[in-house]
Amino acid sequence: MDSVAQRLSVVGAGAALELRGVTRLFGALAALTDVTITVRPGERRAVLGSNGAGKTTLFNCITGDFPPSSGTIRFFGEDITQFPPYERIRRGLRRTYQISALFPGLTVQDNVYLACRGVSRGRFSFLRAGQNDALMHATETLVQAVHLSGVKDQRVAELAHGQQRQLEIALALAGAPRFILFDEPAAGLSPTERRELIEILTSLPAHIGYIIIEHDMDVALRVVESVTMMHNGRIFKEGLPREIESDPEVQELYLGGGHE
Amino acid sequence: MSLLQSTQFRPDPSADAPRRAWVRAWPEFQNPAAWLVALVLVIMPLIANGFFLIEIFATTLILGIIALSLMFLAGYGGMVSLMQLTIAGFAGYMVAVFGISGNANISLGWPWWLATPMALALATLFGTLGGALAVRTEGIYTIMITLAIGAAFYYFTNQNWAIFNGHTGINTVATPHFWGVDWRADIAFYYVALGVAAICYFAVQYVSRAPFGLALQGVRDNSRRMAALGFNPNAHRIAAYAFAAFIAALGGVLQVWNYRQISPGSVSVGACIDVLIIAVVGGITRPIGPFIGALIFVLLRTFALDVLIKFGLDGNRFRLLIGLGFLAIVFWSSDGVIGLWERWRRRNASSTQRSGGGRHG
Repeated sequence: MDSVAQRLSVVGAGAALELRGVTRLFGALAALTDVTITVRPGERRAVLGSNGAGKTTLFNCITGDFPPSSGTIRFFGEDITQFPPYERIRRGLRRTYQISALFPGLTVQDNVYLACRGVSRGRFSFLRAGQNDALMHATETLVQAVHLSGVKDQRVAELAHGQQRQLEIALALAGAPRFILFDEPAAGLSPTERRELIEILTSLPAHIGYIIIEHDMDVALRVVESVTMMHNGRIFKEGLPREIESDPEVQELYLGGGHE
Repeated sequence: MSLLQSTQFRPDPSADAPRRAWVRAWPEFQNPAAWLVALVLVIMPLIANGFFLIEIFATTLILGIIALSLMFLAGYGGMVSLMQLTIAGFAGYMVAVFGISGNANISLGWPWWLATPMALALATLFGTLGGALAVRTEGIYTIMITLAIGAAFYYFTNQNWAIFNGHTGINTVATPHFWGVDWRADIAFYYVALGVAAICYFAVQYVSRAPFGLALQGVRDNSRRMAALGFNPNAHRIAAYAFAAFIAALGGVLQVWNYRQISPGSVSVGACIDVLIIAVVGGITRPIGPFIGALIFVLLRTFALDVLIKFGLDGNRFRLLIGLGFLAIVFWSSDGVIGLWERWRRRNASSTQRSGGGRHG
């Protein structure tokens, strides 16, 4: 009965992600104030803003790492405001972290395998995966997709920074993602690695939408179709990349405002 | 075991990748030293007399099993639980209460094959409930809560006469006799302890590479990220407590069969901490560590007394020796004796490599 209701609501609401009046307080400090955003399925959007604008807090509220203090969040029509993070992930939401959040004691392969296992059955299985396990194949494919096959048996603690960033993205692509939140995926990458990143982002299947936080305008504006500017925890402006780029207020605040 | 051996010696050259995976999963089977240790353990009754067999080796195996349950929680889950001995003691008490003992007013007189599963089930439940409390906290607070559970159980057994028979405990606990064998006779009991220890050891080793074990290590490394991958970290932690509690309970059943009695002294706070010392001294990174720690502990406990007296010191100072050893390990090798051994081997290997090819930077 529940699933029928869910399906109906998915049909009714066209949005992949819908935030209404989301506010997050840390003590007296409002990291987010009354944020309302609607993102279509398959839409690719950049969130820009200076440090402390509330971009990462926005991600944390969407994934449930920190629940919002007030407001509602809908994911493909379903109200997920009260869900723990893992329930949101199981519904097709994914995220990457600004500072790599990996499992340093495990190998690259084990990291990706965990990501694949987390969104499928058998999370508590006491039986080891055989060579013909479907998830092992999925793991293999993902490791290849992010160019880490050569180091798949190495412990993550031994990887270079760029490789860790790539692994970070692989973890977010496991299973069947419907919407992904990328938190500064290009941070600390070399120009070559940036090009690879852009390639990965642009070659994602069209039905997978994402929001990307990115300071590097060359990366951000090349892989998105819409932009949201944030300032002091509020939505400041929304529009097409070129509108935002040429907006005098935005330039004042962000692009020309002494940043970088 | 025969199945594993046949896998190892499968003469199929195309099976290279599975073979490598298999070697990674069961490093023991590639290690000649491990085969030697296994052989020595199996033929031990030919070498050792009854005293060594039971007082040293069976006791080591039993303490090793209990410490292994802590190693599983601490090594793979990052949770230091001080109640593993309490769970073992609870299982021991339940064997005495449901089974047959000299205290006929307390014991229900069930046969061993009914009392033992009951004890294992209740102790696992006890450990799981304790774990469900403990996972709400992290780090030092986990230690505090599990220590509190251990201490509470100790005082409870002291004061409760209806079930636990107060400070006198339950004596002359019956041990299994079947197929015409007295399984508490020295040699038979040694093999029972060895068999259970081997099963626990390989089970922990196996589970550590199964999805459940990998997920537990993921929770240890970064529980927030695990939630962001679709896992419920606390559910995994509680399941780990349940698994560890079952292992500790197996050790507890063996322990009550070994001593044929159980009293509050067996579940004292000191004994709880001994298990922690055993696991840490041996090393909590690998399942073999707790058994090495247990052997060192039992040898010290048994022989340090005589050695100390020989040097003209008070024999009761053996705990001082254990304490100093513990301090040294914590200072110089946080991964225990195992870590010392591995570092020593690596240094040897790298020095041979240097003298050989000079490739090592």
